[in-house]
Amino acid sequence: MDSAVALLLAQDGFTNGAIYALLSLALVLVFAVTRVIFIPQGEYVAYGALTMAAVVTGQLPPTMWLVVTLGIAVAIVDGVVAVREGAKSRLPLIIVKNAVLPIAAMVVVRLLPLKELSYPLQVLVALAFVVPLGPQVYRLAFQPVAEASVLLLLIVSVAVHFMMVGMGLYFFGAEGARIPPFTEGGLTLGATFIQYQTIWIVGIAALLIAGLALFFEHSIYGKALRATAINRTGARLMGISADLAGKLCFTLAALVGAFSGILIAPITTVYYDTGFLIGLKGFVGAIIGGLVSYPLAAAGSILVGLLESYSSFYASAYKEVIVFTLIIPVLLYQSLTTKHVDDEDEH
Amino acid sequence: MKPILLETRGLCVNYGRVEAIHKVGIRIRQGEIVTVIGPNGAGKTTLLSALMGLLPARGEVSYQDQSVLGTLSVDALVAKGLVLVPEKRELFGSMSVADNLLLGAFARHRRGDRDHAKTLDEVYAIFPRLAERRKQEAGTLSGGERQMLAMGRALMAKPTLLMLDEPSLGLAPLIVKEILRIVVQLKGMGVSILLVEQNARAALQVADYAYVLENGSVAVENSARALLHDPRVIESYLGLGGSHSIAA
Repeated sequence: MDSAVALLLAQDGFTNGAIYALLSLALVLVFAVTRVIFIPQGEYVAYGALTMAAVVTGQLPPTMWLVVTLGIAVAIVDGVVAVREGAKSRLPLIIVKNAVLPIAAMVVVRLLPLKELSYPLQVLVALAFVVPLGPQVYRLAFQPVAEASVLLLLIVSVAVHFMMVGMGLYFFGAEGARIPPFTEGGLTLGATFIQYQTIWIVGIAALLIAGLALFFEHSIYGKALRATAINRTGARLMGISADLAGKLCFTLAALVGAFSGILIAPITTVYYDTGFLIGLKGFVGAIIGGLVSYPLAAAGSILVGLLESYSSFYASAYKEVIVFTLIIPVLLYQSLTTKHVDDEDEH
Repeated sequence: MKPILLETRGLCVNYGRVEAIHKVGIRIRQGEIVTVIGPNGAGKTTLLSALMGLLPARGEVSYQDQSVLGTLSVDALVAKGLVLVPEKRELFGSMSVADNLLLGAFARHRRGDRDHAKTLDEVYAIFPRLAERRKQEAGTLSGGERQMLAMGRALMAKPTLLMLDEPSLGLAPLIVKEILRIVVQLKGMGVSILLVEQNARAALQVADYAYVLENGSVAVENSARALLHDPRVIESYLGLGGSHSIAA
């Protein structure tokens, strides 16, 4: 391998690693706050990419009926709870927020000349029909069992994954899709050629990560999520409800996933089931961070990206094997070095 | 007489088949310090958890003339000014003192009350120690400071009724005195207080009214001053000897 190839592989590794890093942060967040190991994280990537692919060709977002249906389901569930608790005054807001809003969005999107919209607006349209699936899935699948064990939550998570892959096949079809790059071409840097899309991916991923960091460090909602992760009881007693925290972090996870999908769609063909593997690699990154450390998860994900890229050169048939085998020494190391710390018992 | 802020009737809580508290009736009037004293395992913490909606309970609880048991969630109760400082403090250990305090105002922030800077100044005035340590991680504080932070965090929610679970637990006598002085100061600021304590003498000295909880039921209730001089209470909780129950 000469240096040009090595640099090319490094570029590839960093690009994929940046996406894995984004996903790993979402996984760590979801796990820390809700104890859910979020297997369907990758589905949001596929949904994001495929919805964007539909929008740029002027088609309506295929999942809009899913968003509307789930919205109505959420309205019914929340409505029943409100009536049972004797809080009928909450009903109008519940109906407007969950059912009327998605229907209104569906009407609006029909009136929009999707194909002629500018690229950023198309991204917004795509996100508007994927991101709501985050809180909706949380409300319907996870909130009713929020107090259950990690294992049960994992089982629900796997079920949601299969549901979403199936829905993905139904709504998007078996055909893969690609979208045009944000900017065509690239630049030559010494011996290597860097596509502009690569720069976009790494740049936007870095911006998103910085945005998340700002959110967690400086906004009261970000701090509330951190607080919930640190001490669930304490957070509850301050009026930070587990439902709110759960919905908020599932929204963020969906946003991160969908955005990642839109970022990678120009460089790789995305199918309805592509997300799973991408999500799993983010998961390997998150495991390197012990599912608790954000910086370690991000660094681990870059490592996963690089490892994948170089192993696809040396032993392309074994590239997935090599990446997923990484988890064994990591787990071994962690089980030998981690002391069990339980915040709940800390005085 | 001052209006009733919180009242329970026939409140029962079960842990599995064991009844932890049985038909407890207590009443807290606005602006009062009411204390619930009793031995370990009498059900004091259970009572507070049930009031806060943390445990399923039967019976009736009315707060601000509204029946709240089973209808209002914890966050709805916090939003209505019912705030609990738990026995274990439940601080956010790896976050700064200032962030812990800020999160105390979360419920207010949610309903659009963004005036927490003023409350923060008030809390720092009550607990100057917290102001000195505002950048320090909560997990590094001493026991007394942790209790102060837990109380300060609760005050950030602008409570109408502040419930304190064993605030003196594990603290040096001087700090206990300081904490109780602050409890009286809070009463002066118009906050009603439900104080659960094992340190009966200290609690009775600051309280207006008191309930003695034994084996999950109210054994005795009276004005705090009367209980301080009640021979049965003196024998069981205030004096040195006396091992037999006062309910017997």
